[in-house]
Amino acid sequence: MELQIDRLNFSYGDRNILRDLSFTVKEGEFLSILGPSGCGKSTLLNVMAGILPPQSGSIRILNSGITSSGERVEKAETVQGMSSHFAYMPQNDLLLPWKTILDNVCLYGEIHHCKAQMKERAREQMAIFGLSGCENKYPGELSGGMRQRAAFLRTTLCEADIYLLDEPFGALDVITRGDMQDWLRKLCSSLKKTILLVTHDTDEAIYLSDRILILGAPGEGIRRELSIPEQNRTREWLYEQGSLRAEIHRIIKEKRGDQNACD
Amino acid sequence: MPVFAGTFFVIEKGRIVKKLTKLAPVILILVLLAIWELVVYVADIPLYVLPAPSDMINAFISEFDTLLGHAATTVSEAAVGMLISLVLGIFLAILMDALPAFKHCIYPILVVTQTVPVIVLAPIFIIYMGFGYAPKILTVVLMCFFPIVVSFSDGLSEMDEGYLNLVKTYGGSKLQLYRIVKIPSATLSLLSGLKVSATYSISGAVVGEWIASQSGLGYYLIRAKNAYMLDNVFACVLMIILLSLLMNGAVKLFGILVMPGKRNFFSGKLTE
Repeated sequence: MELQIDRLNFSYGDRNILRDLSFTVKEGEFLSILGPSGCGKSTLLNVMAGILPPQSGSIRILNSGITSSGERVEKAETVQGMSSHFAYMPQNDLLLPWKTILDNVCLYGEIHHCKAQMKERAREQMAIFGLSGCENKYPGELSGGMRQRAAFLRTTLCEADIYLLDEPFGALDVITRGDMQDWLRKLCSSLKKTILLVTHDTDEAIYLSDRILILGAPGEGIRRELSIPEQNRTREWLYEQGSLRAEIHRIIKEKRGDQNACD
Repeated sequence: MPVFAGTFFVIEKGRIVKKLTKLAPVILILVLLAIWELVVYVADIPLYVLPAPSDMINAFISEFDTLLGHAATTVSEAAVGMLISLVLGIFLAILMDALPAFKHCIYPILVVTQTVPVIVLAPIFIIYMGFGYAPKILTVVLMCFFPIVVSFSDGLSEMDEGYLNLVKTYGGSKLQLYRIVKIPSATLSLLSGLKVSATYSISGAVVGEWIASQSGLGYYLIRAKNAYMLDNVFACVLMIILLSLLMNGAVKLFGILVMPGKRNFFSGKLTE
């Protein structure tokens, strides 16, 4: 399986956000997307998740041969077909406050009428996600980090091949965010899923990804692609990546025009 | 241990202040009633002008059985009217949310129905529908459905777009979107509209009965007023107040029943 994004276009009115954006993601790869505010990172994920319709171009998964073309007639059907390949996780946990954690993480099962089996699987996974004993609690009773883990469990229960994470830890405090990154790193090696992560946090991207795409100004496209060598990554290792961090910052900031800094 | 005693006193003092704050409205009402009682006795105001609170209580006790009989009629009209309003309100609100064009057309009409005084419409309903329960129930519906429609449709439209997108990306249908996310989340605001409606419902029924009827608190009121038995009129008003509060309480109970998880709603509090 390989994910191919081919000449994808999206604009709000006459403002081009994505212009002829193309890249591929290999199976099992962890790809981070960095870039200045408004460069279209989240828009890209929203188009892939089927929230926004692509205006032209295609999102293709090789092997399965499903195409989401920008053509109006085909769009609804293909996006619907695509959504089973993607599991989207937004910045806010978006847990339904009147449902218990167990019911919340089984949302996908509720929609697709297989809640009973999914509940069993969810129960087994609770411990891995650090949520043992929280099955019957309500989201309001959990901490921000726990809620985010519950949202992540909900995402993994979608039975999708590709996870789309839109700043999943953006709303958390620095310490919890660090814990969550450590946790996600460990989890990813056992999940073996293809992951696209949109983030503002350079360290997060370096720490977690196999590859980083740096987007330029809106419509500019990919400014640089960086591979992070496979290594035994620890926090200490991350602290030593000062030159890489500096380079990424420099790439993001160069000839940026009237765009404001965000990192 | 002076420090300990000091702390103890502070806590005690805090408790007393808290209790006093809770009792304040009751005390205020008692003081006002006492002034009323005093004025009636000192100025020797006759019963047919203004009865004293004590007269009112006496009338309430002596007329209790009669009042209760009439209350049964009024409450049943109010309850049926509320039920119709609830079904109609929920139906209209969902339709308005699903079809913006429909909302655009119907909303001004809904507002206009609320600008016409009920006291004008009630006699017209009686001309059309006779002297039975129907015109009274319709009066209740007219007064009660508006807060329900407005609160529920606001609740539906105020939904965070993130939730809608989430269900969409999970492949949920529009029907599932309403069933799983929109309707449960709008229920909280529906309940606040329902509380307003419940409080109006008894008054709505009374207005209907006031125009033409053979039983009900409105009927009793008009008879007592025509006989200048103002103590009975005030006793009946007391009954109306109590029943309205009862309806309000019934809605609160309904709210607890339909939303057991409401305690933790958006609170973020750790309750265990």
